[in-house]
Amino acid sequence: MTWLRQNAREAIAALALVVLFAAYIAIHPRGFSTYVVTIWSNDGTLLGLAAIAQFFVVLVKGIDLSVGSVVALTNVVASFVLNGSPASIALGMVAVLAVGVACGLVNGIAVVYGRVQPIVTTLATGGMFSGIALLLRPTPGGSIDETMSDALTYAVAGIPVSAIVLVVVLVALLVLLRRTAVGLGLYGVGSSEQSAYMTGLRVNRLKLFAYASSGFIAALAGIYVSMVTLTGDPNIGPSYTLNSIAAVVLGGVALSGGVGSPIGAVIGALILKTISSLMFFSGLPPLAQPFFEGLILATAIALGALGVFRVRSRLELYR
Amino acid sequence: MTDATERTVTPRKSPRWLNRDRMSVLLIALGCVALLLGGSLLYPGFLKPGYLLQQLQIAAFLGIIATGAMMVILLGEIDLSVPWTITGTAIVVISASGSSNPLVASLAIPLGLCLGMAVGFLNAIGVAIFRVPAMVWTLAVNAMLLGAAVFYTGNSRPNGEVPWLATQAATGRSFGVPNAFLVWVVVAAITVWVLKRTVYGNYLYALGNSRRAVFLAGARVPLVTVATFVLAGLFSSFGAILLLGYTNQAYQGMGDPYLMPVISAVVIGGTSIQGGRGNYVGTFVGAIFITLLSSILSVMQMPPAARQIIFGAIILVMLLIHGLTDKNGDI
Repeated sequence: MTWLRQNAREAIAALALVVLFAAYIAIHPRGFSTYVVTIWSNDGTLLGLAAIAQFFVVLVKGIDLSVGSVVALTNVVASFVLNGSPASIALGMVAVLAVGVACGLVNGIAVVYGRVQPIVTTLATGGMFSGIALLLRPTPGGSIDETMSDALTYAVAGIPVSAIVLVVVLVALLVLLRRTAVGLGLYGVGSSEQSAYMTGLRVNRLKLFAYASSGFIAALAGIYVSMVTLTGDPNIGPSYTLNSIAAVVLGGVALSGGVGSPIGAVIGALILKTISSLMFFSGLPPLAQPFFEGLILATAIALGALGVFRVRSRLELYR
Repeated sequence: MTDATERTVTPRKSPRWLNRDRMSVLLIALGCVALLLGGSLLYPGFLKPGYLLQQLQIAAFLGIIATGAMMVILLGEIDLSVPWTITGTAIVVISASGSSNPLVASLAIPLGLCLGMAVGFLNAIGVAIFRVPAMVWTLAVNAMLLGAAVFYTGNSRPNGEVPWLATQAATGRSFGVPNAFLVWVVVAAITVWVLKRTVYGNYLYALGNSRRAVFLAGARVPLVTVATFVLAGLFSSFGAILLLGYTNQAYQGMGDPYLMPVISAVVIGGTSIQGGRGNYVGTFVGAIFITLLSSILSVMQMPPAARQIIFGAIILVMLLIHGLTDKNGDI
């Protein structure tokens, strides 16, 4: 019971996800099959990783409008280096992840040492990152090792590999966030930077770590995009940025910092993905679908905010 | 003389004549001068009055839209529904104006402005009543507007007629000065007066500083929030109508390139993105700076990708200068 009360937002989001997923399977012409679930899981993993990247920055009270650009840039870089012998692919993988971390560090340094607000910093750097992606590859193209792509995007024993990847990442991050001093420090910094500083936490370093981790996870998303699409596309950024923010909010991560978990972020991402897949098979005219997608998103967010009508003192609303 | 509310809220140590706001304006004005000098080295026609007036005309569209964005930012919120408010307004105005019903056709511009205010009201409901973070709610509203616009126009470009008034206001000239710029100056004068001299303006700054204190002082916080978002929607639509008069057509995505420049113009003009600090002169000069910058980059015939990188880098540098010179900006 206590667990449920502590994790109410995630639990409600998970329930919504189960209902939506059931509706999706019911409506899908091919029903519940490995094929359908694998496609769903692959798409969900892409957005899920982007949402985790967003989560790290939101955890320390920031917001990252460059997530999508980092995904696009790392995707483009991956389309140059993820090919050839196994050794060169492994090296390429490291290079792509390094690019992601570097992007995260640029954001982090501007925010921490340059004292610029995260939202405007990442607005500016996001433009730069996607500009670099466009310079490297003006039109979608490149090639990706197909054996590796097949291994990472199909299913093993009925379970999509993407789902396994996502679960492994989540478990690793949960251990990091709940069992290590660094992880707990991140929550501390997000809840109250001043208290964290007084307690002796190295606030600046922790924030840099959060931004770098965000870049790292965004690079994972970029790599996975190239696995799924087999190309590098510089124009995929904007939708990832916007959806990752919506996903963390749906998953119960507070934009005011210090609250939430990567699981919530992933649940939020899967909800968004399921809604758009539902739209696709719903029989609505294609031109009407974007409107209903927006409407459902707005409704979901407003429902999540219904708690405001239960507060006893209206003073609590104004902080 | 500066405004009383602001002075009590932010204690200043620097000399009185060079306060934080004026510092920002000075900085960005120097930026504009540097751009002009740099531009004149690259391209001889740069300092000709004709070219400069044309820049002011283009800056007016950005500046009027940025006026609404600045008010929302002063409140401590943000409006990400700007792009499709612009596109939606342009589509409504061009369709209504081309209507065969003379009554609808004559009401095209008021209809467009009403659309902007309705969008602003919808934004405000989520932010003021449901207390959803503005960043997420306005994003969802933007998605709905996009959906509605796509559903209405289909895959074709909306047909119709651009109202004569919009064309005149956007492209005409009076006494050699572009009308659009004159309109912007009037808007600016009214905005400065509203922000500095009215109760509403004082509440706007106060709310951005401490919502809690203003609530305890007995102000009707939701009312101010609603009014601000409705005004922001109105300004977006107003800018969109001028833009329509300038481009002489409406198309899907015509508002998309405006979100980042609008927020950049406000922020590099010295308005704090957290709300409660900033003045309109900064936004005014900021809009001119952004316009000059993108104009120079296109004159240099940079590929769009390089343009994007330089644009982002220069804005980041301006922000870093703000961040590093502002002593009491952080905790």
